[in-house]
Amino acid sequence: MPHDHHENLSPSGHPYRADNDHPLTYWQQMEIAIRELLIEKGVTTAAEINGQIDLMDSRSPANGAAVVARAWTDPAFRSALLKDASAASKDMGFDIGPLRLIAVENTPNIHNIIVCTLCSCYPRNLLGLPPDWYKSRAYRSRTVKEPRKVLAEFGVLLPPETTVRVHDSTADMRYIVIPNRPAGTENWSEKALADLVTRDSMIGTGIIEAPQVP
Amino acid sequence: MVEWVRVRADMPPGHVRTPVYLRGKTGWVERHLGPFPNPEALAYGHDGTPTPLMRIRFTMSEIWGTDTAHPDDTVDAEIYAHWLENIEQPHAP
Repeated sequence: MPHDHHENLSPSGHPYRADNDHPLTYWQQMEIAIRELLIEKGVTTAAEINGQIDLMDSRSPANGAAVVARAWTDPAFRSALLKDASAASKDMGFDIGPLRLIAVENTPNIHNIIVCTLCSCYPRNLLGLPPDWYKSRAYRSRTVKEPRKVLAEFGVLLPPETTVRVHDSTADMRYIVIPNRPAGTENWSEKALADLVTRDSMIGTGIIEAPQVP
Repeated sequence: MVEWVRVRADMPPGHVRTPVYLRGKTGWVERHLGPFPNPEALAYGHDGTPTPLMRIRFTMSEIWGTDTAHPDDTVDAEIYAHWLENIEQPHAP
């Protein structure tokens, strides 16, 4: 078999991922310098920093999904969540720290979607790390101007009679969408319902499909 | 009673939390959030005197013009009180 030499392609024809062994950027150096200074001066320790990273990595959309499932099944919790989402989440065991959380509820006539046009505010303490597209300039600039087109690109097609409410997280609040509970789940357990809830549905870029009858 | 407000149309330099696309636009208070340290002062190491923060709701037609595709869809944003002027009622469309 003749050897075809393709620059930057693996034997199976896929491009190699570029090595990230470029020099540190200015901001990477700055982060290392400040972190080392804080440790040397006894303000914090390497173990505390690692602990915080582990804590943040342990947070995932499953936390938010549990909150949504509870709101679907427990009317008193739903009211508390809509009134003060930070306190209600904390009562469930999800301490979201100093963040202030607002829950916005989809209805058959209203669809909510979250964006942060100024930067990329996201309820990390409840949903974990944000998806890359949430931080993209395209998502941030287009969602406030043509939310239905953005939603359509996510596969969410809304009828004209549904009102779209965009929430621009510009200051101190973080947001979670309570999606519509799909039909056919009337007798489902809270745990089974939580498994249906997707990250995108809690940002508002997804809806939860009714489960298939087996 | 609906509280109508207009966002100041100023373009000051520095760390500003009010999005440019909402400046000069008219909306109404969706809810009061209470006082929060003023981030425009905090950014420069000042105390950041607590300032009322409100969620303001704007219609798409107010932000993007009446020929926008879905004029009754809305955008909510958190705006600090010192960026808002009270008005009696929205300007005529």
